[in-house]
Amino acid sequence: MKAALALLRRDIELAFREGGAIGVALGFYLVVVAIAPFGLGPDLNLLARVAPGLLWIALLLAALLSADRIFHNDHEDGSLDILTMGPLPLAVVAASKSLAHWVTTCVPLALLAPVLGLLLNFPIDTIPLLVLAMLVGTPAVSFIAGIGASLTLGLRRSGLLLALLVLPLYVPVLIFGVSTISAAVTGPGSPWPPFLMLCAISLASMVLAPLASAAALRTSFR
Amino acid sequence: MTFSLNNLANPSRFLSFAGTVIPWLAALTVILLVIGLYQAFFVAPVDYQQGETVRIMYIHVPAAWVGMGCYALIAIAALGTLIWRHPLADVAAKTAAPIGAAFTLVILVTGSLWGKPMWGTYWVWDARLTSLLVLFLLYLGLIALWQSIDDPGRAGRAAAILALVGAINLPIIKFSVDWWNTLHQPASVFRTDGPTIDPSLLTPLFVMGGAFLALFVLLHLIAMRAEILRRRVRVLQQTQVAQAALS
Repeated sequence: MKAALALLRRDIELAFREGGAIGVALGFYLVVVAIAPFGLGPDLNLLARVAPGLLWIALLLAALLSADRIFHNDHEDGSLDILTMGPLPLAVVAASKSLAHWVTTCVPLALLAPVLGLLLNFPIDTIPLLVLAMLVGTPAVSFIAGIGASLTLGLRRSGLLLALLVLPLYVPVLIFGVSTISAAVTGPGSPWPPFLMLCAISLASMVLAPLASAAALRTSFR
Repeated sequence: MTFSLNNLANPSRFLSFAGTVIPWLAALTVILLVIGLYQAFFVAPVDYQQGETVRIMYIHVPAAWVGMGCYALIAIAALGTLIWRHPLADVAAKTAAPIGAAFTLVILVTGSLWGKPMWGTYWVWDARLTSLLVLFLLYLGLIALWQSIDDPGRAGRAAAILALVGAINLPIIKFSVDWWNTLHQPASVFRTDGPTIDPSLLTPLFVMGGAFLALFVLLHLIAMRAEILRRRVRVLQQTQVAQAALS
C-alpha cells in the first residue's frame, strides 16, 4: 500500500514537473470547444442544447491525447521493467499509473469544463452537477485508457491506434455522462439514475481494467 | 482419430483435417445457399406491409446471427490463447476477426437498404444499429491491433486481451445504448413463447441461417489454413535469412 502510494506520488510529481502535458491537454480541450461554434453556427440556443455532449466528447479526446504517455516514459527509460520485478503486483502498478493519469489530466480537464460551458451558453446553475459527473465518470476514462496504453506500448502510431481501440469502449461513459446533465437541464426524469450508472461504470473499470492492463504489459516484455 | 480440440492442436493434423472437410463443407454451403436463396426469393410469401423488401431479411438476420456469434468465437478463442495456450486459438481468433467484420458490414448495409423504404432513411441512431456499429468498430480495432504488432505471439496475446475487454464491455454498451434510444423491432425469432413469425417465412430463414453458418465455417477454415501456411513460410524465410547471415 505504501509502495503504491509512493508510486502514485512519484507519477503525479513527474507529470507536474515535466510540464507541458497538462497544459497541452487543457489547450486542446479549449481549442476543440472553441472551434465547435464555427462548425455549428453561433446560435446560443443550439449551442446550449449540444453543450453537454460537446463538452464530454472534447474531454474524451483531450484525455486520450495524453493517454499513450501513461506507460510510455517508464517503458523508455526502463523503470517499468524494474517495477515489474519489484514487490508490487503489476496490476497495482497499472492501477496507480492510471490513477495518476486521472489526477493529472482528467481532474484539470473537468475543472476547466465550467469555463468552456460558459462559452457554450451552458446553464450556470447546472455547472456543479457537470463537474461532479465529470469527476465521477473520468476514472473510467483513465483506467480504460490504461488498457489501450498498455496494449499499444512501444508500437508505431500508437496514439492513433489507441484512439481506435479505446473510443468504442467509451460509449457507455459518454451516454450516461451526457444523459445525467441533459436530464438535469431539460428533463425528463431525475439526473441521479444515469449518474449512479456512471459511478458503477467507473468503479467497475477501476477494479477490472488494471488486471487487463497488467496482462497486456506482460505481453510486451517477452 | 477421435475428434477433439486437443487433437487439432497439432497444426499438421489440423491442416489434414481442414483439407478433408473443406470440399464437403463447400458443397454443403453451395447447396444450402441455393435452396435458401431460391426459397427466400421465389417461394416465401410477400409481406402485406413490407412488400418485397421483406426478402432482405433472409440475408440480414442470418448475417446478424453469424456476425455476433463470430465475436463470441473470438472471445472463446481469446480464453484459449490466454489460459490454455492452445496453439491454434490465436490463429482462429485472428482469422475470424476480418470475417466477422465483413458479416457485420453486411448486416449494416442490408439493414440500411431495408431502412430506406421502411423508415424513410438509410440510417437512424437506433439502439440496435448503434450497438452493431460499435461491434463493427471493435472488430476494426482488433484487426488494427493485429496489423500493428510484428511479433505474432505478442499480437495474439494483446488481441486476446482486447477481445476479452470488448466481450465484457459489449453487454454494457448494449444496455447503455438501449437506455439511450430504441426504435428497432424487438426480438421475434428466439423468444420463450415461441416465434412470432409465420412458418412460411421461418423455414427459408433457418435454411439461410444454416447456409451462412456453413459459409462462415468454410471461410474460417480456409483462412486458418492460409494463416498456418503463412506462418510456416515466415519461419522458413527467417531460418533462410539466419543461415545466409551465418555462412
